[in-house]
Amino acid sequence: MAHIELPQGLPGISAGFAFRPETAKPMRELAHILLHEPNSLEPGERELIATYVSSLNECYFCQTSHGAAAACHLGESATVRQVAVDYTQAAISEKLKSLLVIAAKVQQDGKKVTESDVAAARAQGASDMEIHDTVLIAAAFCMYNRYVDGLGTWQPRDEAMYAPMGQHLASHGYRTPSIQAVNPASAGAAEKTESILA
Amino acid sequence: MAHITLPPGLQGIRGPMAFRPETAKPLNELVEVLLHAPNSLTPGERELIATYVSYLNDCYFCQTVHGFIASAHLDEDEELVRRVKADFQYADISPKLKTLLVIAGKVQRGGKHVTAADVEQARAAGATDIEIHDTVLIAAAFCMYNRYVDGLATWQPQEEDLYRERGKRTAREGYVTVSRDYIPQPTPTTV
Repeated sequence: MAHIELPQGLPGISAGFAFRPETAKPMRELAHILLHEPNSLEPGERELIATYVSSLNECYFCQTSHGAAAACHLGESATVRQVAVDYTQAAISEKLKSLLVIAAKVQQDGKKVTESDVAAARAQGASDMEIHDTVLIAAAFCMYNRYVDGLGTWQPRDEAMYAPMGQHLASHGYRTPSIQAVNPASAGAAEKTESILA
Repeated sequence: MAHITLPPGLQGIRGPMAFRPETAKPLNELVEVLLHAPNSLTPGERELIATYVSYLNDCYFCQTVHGFIASAHLDEDEELVRRVKADFQYADISPKLKTLLVIAGKVQRGGKHVTAADVEQARAAGATDIEIHDTVLIAAAFCMYNRYVDGLATWQPQEEDLYRERGKRTAREGYVTVSRDYIPQPTPTTV
């Protein structure tokens, strides 16, 4: 049960967003710019950074929903799983691997990022903007993950429920809700019962 | 030296915010709602939560500037801010704020550390759902801001006096207004 009385039937961050629309707006906007808007890093690469940081923070809802978004962008889910297990063996660019090193350091503490981490990313072709966005994506997911877990939100352990969310995130981004309220009793079927955020 | 080439002469978060105005906008809007907009928790109390979390994250810039914004809201009581950082249980703050700082401290380590008992204690001290929500989100958000500031190795001169006057102005005018000083504004397009 969540720590506070959140709107019924909304999993993870969508419950916090519906409870407090004033803070939801800039939080949605930030995610939209960082993960969805056109950028020299592909949306799939940026979703992998978000998924990886969320897995380091052990946030089930965030790693599963962003993993589903990453899989949509990439057209397959094997890479998403491999990045969570050991990204050095994943079918991703050397540049992205060097950015994941930086993201993992930020997840622990910003001060752990070293000049040589940044030099290694630059040697793989990372631009200042890409390094900036990597640091901010990792930092932002240290916020989103704590928000989702710190409120004790409902996080159904049902991967099938996250696939349509991932599709919405991959195609529409973050400015609009990616899920409608579901009846917790029928969450297994991911049955949509009502839309409360139209 | 910062890890990337940031606009010169801007301290802490101001450098990356000026570097990337697109993300600076929601970052400033979020902190404005959480810390400055009217709320049942006073701005001083909310700034103390932000300062405490920034202290736990060992971010010099954030704990110093938010510490001075807090004291600007709290009759210039800089000693109180220092006491909250050192041991808030013995600080002259409300029992309710103490229970919220317990929750904030848990969120700083990881959201899953917050227990039902922590939340019960806060409620018993009079905290509302929205106050508990905002405490969790302030703590979570400063785990972002602190990492952003430190992860880019921004310029953080260790001189308290630099931050004192700025704190007073931010306390008075808010984050969005003050950010216009250092973030390039989009030029109005003629329609």
